[in-house]
Amino acid sequence: MTPLVSFRNVSCRLGGKDVLRGLSLDVEAGETLVLLGRSGSGKTTALKMVNALLLPSAGEVWVEGTPTVAWDAIRLRRRIGYVIQDAGLFPHFTVEQNVGLVPRLEGWPAEKIRARAHALLEQVELPPAQFAARYPRELSGGQRQRVGVARALAADPPILLFDEPFGALDPVTRVELQRQFLALRREIGKTAIFVTHDVREALLVATRIALLHEGRLAVLAAPAEFLRAQGEEVHAFLSCLDTQGMPA
Amino acid sequence: MTAALWNEIVELTVEHLVLVVVSMAIAIAVAVPVGVLLTRRAPLQRWVLGFANVMQTVPSLALFGFLIPIPLLGGIGKHTAIVALVLYALLPVLRNTLTGILGVDRVVRESAIAMGMTGRQLLWEVELPLAARTILAGVRVATVTTIGTATIAAVIGGGGLGVFIFRGLASVDTAQILAGAVPAALIALLADGGLGWAEKKLSPA
Repeated sequence: MTPLVSFRNVSCRLGGKDVLRGLSLDVEAGETLVLLGRSGSGKTTALKMVNALLLPSAGEVWVEGTPTVAWDAIRLRRRIGYVIQDAGLFPHFTVEQNVGLVPRLEGWPAEKIRARAHALLEQVELPPAQFAARYPRELSGGQRQRVGVARALAADPPILLFDEPFGALDPVTRVELQRQFLALRREIGKTAIFVTHDVREALLVATRIALLHEGRLAVLAAPAEFLRAQGEEVHAFLSCLDTQGMPA
Repeated sequence: MTAALWNEIVELTVEHLVLVVVSMAIAIAVAVPVGVLLTRRAPLQRWVLGFANVMQTVPSLALFGFLIPIPLLGGIGKHTAIVALVLYALLPVLRNTLTGILGVDRVVRESAIAMGMTGRQLLWEVELPLAARTILAGVRVATVTTIGTATIAAVIGGGGLGVFIFRGLASVDTAQILAGAVPAALIALLADGGLGWAEKKLSPA
């Protein structure tokens, strides 16, 4: 089977800096690949190359068998759900309008958009009767993020991108949403690429973890193997799990 | 006050309103699209804003005077007055259009692009609605200024409430000056209040 997303020796120069250096990586259908790394490791850059928000300076990113440079960027993006930190909801749209955005852009009939938006709000546990007509500013951070997830799922895209989606949430809400993410994944089984700098989160949600370091792939492993992997950067991340020696 | 004076007040007030409305309509029709274009062409910003800035610094009486000898745009009459008023009104609208659109949250803009919005959809569905309040604030400032500046149009035969004021100044007749100044001030207050209300009505996003 051909991979759904494939990085082929991808480099990216941004503002005179080599953010990615020869990244090669395949994402198989149905998996949740986590891009783990420090700030500036190139993980978000790699993610933005999948929906052509950025294009490679060298190499190619293939999505569904076509390099991103050959895709019509608009068509490509409507086939890829995108969830970011702080959700990036449109402040002047209601929750329902936010969720129904891509279906509307795709020209669905109004009734179908509405039904879809309400079904998704149910799915992310925001009862539409209570939440559909609200504006993003009337929601908590966790609720906004759930609307962001519903919006990304709206047009049933085959690929989902998550850019530190739970990064701005308090720890309790974060764990809640991580659990919900796992439940949702079991239900819908979509391919996801998930960026985080939190190694716990990576171990929790990933089917495979790609550790990036200074624009290069340091380790690519399933969570169980990742825990046994060797190398300085892996150890740096794994040491975050070690709570011994911390003040009680 | 005589009936004749009342009639003249009404007539010149209407003339004044026409000057203001036409000038503002043209200024908005020019400044908003140019402002939008400037958000896409950053290197042009300095030049265009510079031009609009210079226009604002020219004393209004002098600007009306400068325009008289210019062919097509200039001469004596209403159209010259309108050209001058438009030049004055451009800057606040232009600057606020630019500020409003550039002020749209980066995350919101990026997610609009990532959702697969076209450039046009991004502009009409995200940028302009979110910038509307700021743009309208610019329109408000420009409108109130234009109502005042339009009184000077009378100097070059543009008509409007300035006719009273200049006639009153020439004949040292306070009643005439007030017949021009009071309605102009009232129009300015009403415009300010009305546009301020509209600004508040636009959802504070």
